[in-house]
Amino acid sequence: MADFILETKKLSKEFKGFSAVNDLNLQVERGHIHALIGPNGAGKTTIFNLLTKFLTPTTGTILFNGIDVTREKPADIALRGVIRSFQISAVFPNLTPLENVRLALQRPTGTSYQFWKSDRCLRKLDDRAMELLASVGLEAHSHEVTGELAYGRKRALEIATTLALEPELMLLDEPTQGMGAEDVEKITALVKQASANRTILMVEHNLKVVASLADRITVLQRGAILAEGIYAEVSKDPRVLEAYMGRAHE
Amino acid sequence: MNRFVWIALFILGLLVPLVVYPVFMMKLLCFALFAFAFDLLLGYTGLLSFGHAAFFGSASYVTGHLVKNSGLTPELGVLAGTLFAGVLGYVVGSLAIRRQGIYFAMVTLALAQIVYFVALKAPFTGGEDGLQGIPRGVLFGLIDLNRVYSVGGHPLALNLYYFVFAVFCLGFWIIHRTIHSPFGQVLKAIRENEPRAISLGYKVDRFKLMAFVISAAMAGMAGATKSLVFQLASLTDVSWHTSGEVVLMTLLGGVGTVFGPLVGAFTVVTLQSELSSVGSWITVIIGSIFMVCVLVFRRGMVGELARLLKRPL
Repeated sequence: MADFILETKKLSKEFKGFSAVNDLNLQVERGHIHALIGPNGAGKTTIFNLLTKFLTPTTGTILFNGIDVTREKPADIALRGVIRSFQISAVFPNLTPLENVRLALQRPTGTSYQFWKSDRCLRKLDDRAMELLASVGLEAHSHEVTGELAYGRKRALEIATTLALEPELMLLDEPTQGMGAEDVEKITALVKQASANRTILMVEHNLKVVASLADRITVLQRGAILAEGIYAEVSKDPRVLEAYMGRAHE
Repeated sequence: MNRFVWIALFILGLLVPLVVYPVFMMKLLCFALFAFAFDLLLGYTGLLSFGHAAFFGSASYVTGHLVKNSGLTPELGVLAGTLFAGVLGYVVGSLAIRRQGIYFAMVTLALAQIVYFVALKAPFTGGEDGLQGIPRGVLFGLIDLNRVYSVGGHPLALNLYYFVFAVFCLGFWIIHRTIHSPFGQVLKAIRENEPRAISLGYKVDRFKLMAFVISAAMAGMAGATKSLVFQLASLTDVSWHTSGEVVLMTLLGGVGTVFGPLVGAFTVVTLQSELSSVGSWITVIIGSIFMVCVLVFRRGMVGELARLLKRPL
């Protein structure tokens, strides 16, 4: 039997009678890059928000490593090693990229409540932060203002910050959204690189990215699973073609 | 920030009462500390409290009451006021941080109005009269804070001034250290992007509450000291006008800047004392200045200057 890092059982979320996610049984296998795709409004981001506890499910359970985490808070799930990104780039805009990454490195050190200490004690994290920035090609920008970086670089910084926490499971919400072709390639390579020794669950619209990265694909429609499998299978499924990809893709 | 700048400012602080009327300077230092405490929340955590007078004023009453009726020495009185404001900050903060944005501001305002009501009705606060004739006392039982020195023919209460200056420096240092600590780094992250800070595993409510308590305690320290300077704790100290004034000072000077709250406090306190002859028109004048500030230089005086010089001030 496959080893599932994340499972949902009959997960549902209703917003005032509208059911955004409906009886979802999702299984993510350890070590996979698992992609969630589906047309707008299929509930992909809602699922992310449920998995990371930014939303509370109406019914159903979420198991992480076999442990029921349905009732935990967002910070708790992060402490278990599930780190997410956001659809709109999640950076700290008025801090430098170095400080962005350092904030992630700082958390496990247990110094974060120490208001009486000088922040000079954080400098020992700088080397590791620079390594992480270098791994996403941002070492030359480490001391600029993050808010002024190009969009693709912000997304790369976000990945570096997420990797700083060595997450067991990384949730990426549309990592290549709004990017030019060149940046898409860079981010695709970064995600591939980041997937070593960990599991990635990603929402992605760009099917080229999905095709080249994902080990397994779940196609959603109206909050429920329409089809699941590897890209070659899913992309030939007539229901999927009709609902999502359309004839134009053929 | 350059070390020489700090030393120069410190020496300036030591010498200034020889030139400027000490009571004015002491009032300025108290309100500047109050504004710094407030800016820790607004500028570095992104929380707009509209009830900070509750901490400033209640500490003023607690210190006044203990010094006057229990014979506490001034340093213990200020300490007691500070601690009381911190505890009150814990209570108010625990309730307020459950909400965000304008709702947070409204909860702090509502709770501060309760404190105002208590100050008006409780038996030991003196009601409309407030607590008057609070003795300045003898610091550590050794230094008489009432002692007046004659410098060039002018009577100057230098002992009291240096006590106030020391309290100000201590408070400023605590706030400055908090901002530039590992904890302060997380506060800035929360200000910049709260969901992201949560997703990195930070329990942001705890950080916000701790920042709120530190801010409340420091606002209390300012209020406690003020009660000794003016020998008075009054309803003005806990009124929503005072809460608004500290918002005004901080915005005018520059939110999230090193010297903004000091400059803002200086501007408002100076205007109040220079324009005291025009009576209630002063609110119109300060209101107009505030409007100009919001419309023309949104970063505040220090904030705009820092932008022009391209360096943090």
